[in-house]
Amino acid sequence: MSLTRDDVRRIALLARIEVSDAEVERTRDQLNGILGFVEQLQAVDTTGVAPMSHAVDVVQRLREDRVTETDRHADFQRIAPETEAGLYLVPKVIE
Amino acid sequence: MIHASLKDLSAALAAKKVSAVELATLFLDRIEKLNPTLNAFVSVDRDKTLAMARDADARRAAGETGPLLGVPLAHKDIFCAEGWLTTCGSRMLSNFVSPYDATVVRNFKQAGAVTLGKCNMDEFAMGSSNETSFYGAVKNPWDTARVPGGSSGGSAAAVAARLAPAATGTDTGGSIRQPAALCGFTGLKPTYGVVSRYGMIAFASSLDQGGPMARSAEDCALMLNAMAGFDERDSTSLERPVEDYARDLDQPLAGLRIGLPKEFFGAGMDEDVRAAVEAALAEYRKLGATTVEVSLPNSGLSVPAYYVIAPAEASSNLSRFDGVRYGHRAAEYGDLNDMYSKSRAQGFGDEVKRRILVGTYVLSHGYYDAYYLQAQKVRRLIADDFAAAFKDCDVIMGPTSPSTAFRLGEKAADPVQMYLSDIYTIAVNLAGLPGMSVPCGFDRQGLPVGLQIVGGWFAEAKMLNVAHQYQRATDWHLRRPALAE
Repeated sequence: MSLTRDDVRRIALLARIEVSDAEVERTRDQLNGILGFVEQLQAVDTTGVAPMSHAVDVVQRLREDRVTETDRHADFQRIAPETEAGLYLVPKVIE
Repeated sequence: MIHASLKDLSAALAAKKVSAVELATLFLDRIEKLNPTLNAFVSVDRDKTLAMARDADARRAAGETGPLLGVPLAHKDIFCAEGWLTTCGSRMLSNFVSPYDATVVRNFKQAGAVTLGKCNMDEFAMGSSNETSFYGAVKNPWDTARVPGGSSGGSAAAVAARLAPAATGTDTGGSIRQPAALCGFTGLKPTYGVVSRYGMIAFASSLDQGGPMARSAEDCALMLNAMAGFDERDSTSLERPVEDYARDLDQPLAGLRIGLPKEFFGAGMDEDVRAAVEAALAEYRKLGATTVEVSLPNSGLSVPAYYVIAPAEASSNLSRFDGVRYGHRAAEYGDLNDMYSKSRAQGFGDEVKRRILVGTYVLSHGYYDAYYLQAQKVRRLIADDFAAAFKDCDVIMGPTSPSTAFRLGEKAADPVQMYLSDIYTIAVNLAGLPGMSVPCGFDRQGLPVGLQIVGGWFAEAKMLNVAHQYQRATDWHLRRPALAE
């Protein structure tokens, strides 16, 4: 199956990446090229095979619940596009 | 001095024949002279570098010793370094001065190594030619009309052209080994989990691994000793005893069993690459090794499995770049979603966007099982193939890359053709295994060829031994491009 232009617009919306009308066609062709290439996985019989989600089987560690980081609030916000009073500013979400 | 190994530089520093400031100056001058041609470095900061060098000299004057004290190194620009611009090759991070050090960077600082600068790379490590960088393509020092490989292309060009004695790299699908092969030096991707990923900007978290890029196996061992180790800040860092990766370098190779996967010697490989790899195998037989055919029947599925898994993980990892806390924010936008969409559209280049879109699609409702889950099952089959093959051999060998360095622009128009240049390296990442590339000859155009050595899980010391013994018997790793004279 191949992606349509509307599919590309839907995926771009999910990914929060603006794709202009001029780019939709080319993007669709490139994505279809890649998806066509990975299509060969469908032919593999994987009955009974456990998915491998990670390179090594590790169990998530738990650490002691104590403060280990120093407060570097100001350092981290200095590199933000827009802050005020220790908060990150974004366009108004709720009217 | 510019051709000296890390080991020799270390000895010269210890004998006080040279100071860290003198060494740093030597390499900074070379960077200044040659970087306009190669574009290997994204940022160089002479004052910062010299301050680190003075500090190393002061530590030595105070009685401190250590194999990397005062030794200059370059870092791939994927590693966060406090106070340094850390771009990851992207416009998205073109204004990002890191407020903290990656664990790898901190480890080298503690060892007294001096940072020469931050190396160019494919954007967010997504590429095999270093052509996707926002900062422009890197040139191969052996032929500046050709690519250095990628994604650690800047680190590779820097090491090959003697702009740095060694550099750090990262390898998600071949990004240390393929450029090491295309630029003619030694690179090692450790077993997943051996080197901390903290502060190493994430591409595909179940595959990403940092490692050394250097002149020789011996130098890679020296670097890995500083890089490796458990880190509680990396949730997948492995709690293992500290190792000396140089401990087995001098072991003889008599009785070594080398597995040759028949799938790595089929069609699709340049004849010159095949000839150089065959010659290396003959050398190994002379050193007392035996070769045995093995099979990795599912390895042909590694590239398609990777191009489902890696984009899926990337689409999730790169969602953090939203123009809110750091990085690029569009100048004009409407509502919050519009700000995200425009900032990301402007901040990311074409290849990164493609992979995020592919990843978003394969994880989306209705497609997850068919693509992502199926790719994870195929990944298991690929890893199981290696486990079976290692019952009959100690290491696996083959070509690192099917071709030598290709021309700039040659594969840029066709993503899938570019993806296939990692056909021999990707399976190793999927399985989490350690892999190396070692120079083993040249093609008829004088471009270097790399031999890939793959070990079992945690077999780094063995692989370094296998590579070092070859480098004692041959001098391919000492050859250098005219540009490095």
